[in-house]
Amino acid sequence: MERVPILKIGDILLVSIQLDMSDQTAVQLQEDLAERIVATGCHGVIIDITALDIVDSFVGRMLSTIASISKVLDAETVVVGMRPAVAITLVELGLSLNGIRTALNVERGMELIAAAHADELDYQLDDDPDAETATP
Amino acid sequence: MTAGIDLGQPQAQSVRSDEDVVRVRQLVRAVAVASKLSLVDQTKVVTAASELARNTLVYGGGGSVEVTVVENGRRKGVQIVFADSGPGIADLDLAMTDGYTSGGGLGLGLSGSRRLVDEFQIETSVETGTRITVTKWSR
Repeated sequence: MERVPILKIGDILLVSIQLDMSDQTAVQLQEDLAERIVATGCHGVIIDITALDIVDSFVGRMLSTIASISKVLDAETVVVGMRPAVAITLVELGLSLNGIRTALNVERGMELIAAAHADELDYQLDDDPDAETATP
Repeated sequence: MTAGIDLGQPQAQSVRSDEDVVRVRQLVRAVAVASKLSLVDQTKVVTAASELARNTLVYGGGGSVEVTVVENGRRKGVQIVFADSGPGIADLDLAMTDGYTSGGGLGLGLSGSRRLVDEFQIETSVETGTRITVTKWSR
């Protein structure tokens, strides 16, 4: 069985799917990613599907599951690079990709993750009563 | 890989494993390209083939897929037959409903793939298993 490589870039895990995945490879990716999120403490996952000709219901479900798993592990998932024909087909198939954030390319995906993480930090600061008194 | 296939003949692929589902996708894509389907239509028919080949494997216990170039006047198309000798589909209307699944899937395989093709025909029985024929025509 082939495996999809996971790259760490700063605080982000980047997965660029370059092969026509068998279902088993897709499930393996799910498990590998969960382990890497915990091992690295990364707050963002970018899944680049530029090279994918199709996204069927199995891969669609895998993307949703990865998004849910990473959320539980305090990481944001963004799916980037979906081809127009793939988007049209997904909608007609009836797949809504619930809970998945998307961006047009890796760069925008990274911006999205950085923004989400910054918001979270702000929120934590606002929540902290000591931080309030320190900045009158 | 798929280069050099004779598209005048039906192309057969057995479906016994995950990897075979990948092979079905690649075969259908090659035939869809040769039939001059648009990129969106290629994507739709390959996606439908992926769903149905997975059904053949998971629910039918494996089977076979046959891909043929068909012609209707000046239009070309891709016809795919998925056959298994599994347990058949007990309630076809229910199985064709969006979101219904007897397994662990999303319940979009049958209903969704019917929307992605132009013609969709299904024969199923307990004795002979399930046979699904789909056709996608070039525009």
